[in-house]
Amino acid sequence: MKAQLERPATPGSNRRGWLYLLPVLLFAAVGVFLALGLGRDPQTLPSVLIDKPAPAFALPPLPGRDERGFSSADLGGRPMLVNIFASWCVPCRIEHPVLDQLAREGVTIHAINYKDAPEDALAFLRALGDPFDRIGADRQGRAAIDWGVYGVPETFVVDRGGRIRYRHVGPLQPRDLERTIRPLLAELAR
Amino acid sequence: MSSFLLGAMFVAGMLVIGPVCAATSPDEMLPDPALEARARALGKELRCLVCQNQSIDDSDAPLAKDLRRIVRERLVAGDSDAAIKRHLVERYGDFVLLEPPFKPATWLLWLGPFLVLAAGSILVVAFLRRRPGAPAEPEELAPAERQQLDALLAADPRDRPA
Repeated sequence: MKAQLERPATPGSNRRGWLYLLPVLLFAAVGVFLALGLGRDPQTLPSVLIDKPAPAFALPPLPGRDERGFSSADLGGRPMLVNIFASWCVPCRIEHPVLDQLAREGVTIHAINYKDAPEDALAFLRALGDPFDRIGADRQGRAAIDWGVYGVPETFVVDRGGRIRYRHVGPLQPRDLERTIRPLLAELAR
Repeated sequence: MSSFLLGAMFVAGMLVIGPVCAATSPDEMLPDPALEARARALGKELRCLVCQNQSIDDSDAPLAKDLRRIVRERLVAGDSDAAIKRHLVERYGDFVLLEPPFKPATWLLWLGPFLVLAAGSILVVAFLRRRPGAPAEPEELAPAERQQLDALLAADPRDRPA
């Protein structure tokens, strides 16, 4: 009997041909996943407070502006914005005209003045305009920590029930108004 | 002075100075050494949200300093380590923990490497089992075949084995 030189064709080898595509498909899946990850800004963290009631806080007023201060009791009733700002924060200056614009449109904006000297904050508002309804002075930055703030400026959208619905990290820009803030406020006002 | 000696002195200096350079400053420290040790340990497990890849124990960011102060205040108030972590997670999410917790959303993260290892092992075993073993011993030539081979070898003397 002669020794066989050719290996017998394994039955079903054609049926398994697609297995060779598996690594390619896996690679494509991982590639898509990583590409999506590249598009995310790692500095922008999701807020855990979304759809939760705003934290309890009570902040004193900015001396020399008014006597009202700002506390969690002031939240709710209608959709509103809560802006965290400081006079020493350069992006806050960039975003300020956007807040002025929203205030002119009738949007209620409360503010937490973060780790600021009251006289500096007042000078900032005198120079750039004061779009805020209530301002609470958070000298120690404790209330901001309860809001999960990790940098200024940050802006929260609070609904009628006093729940946080959206958090924007960094300066608000006109395109943010178009894309998210105005549509969300309109939806919450319904 | 030899450069080796200089280097050794530099390393020795760094070893002495290094721990002092950690961001937690002496004025923040708690008088109770046991509580302070817990505060330091917790600080190493909590992320500074500003620098993101540093712990609050290492970071010089003002927010890290605030968080260190909160950790110490709550320790003094008698909170457990878990309660303090929960307090911060309620504000900043799991991201504040440098080590992600083990929960359904992170199962893939924690178990993924083992899944890949298991899948790889299964593939390797399957591959090795399907591969034909060592070639079998050649069969003895049939008398007719032997005769044919001898005839061929005889025809050309160069083919004869040396």
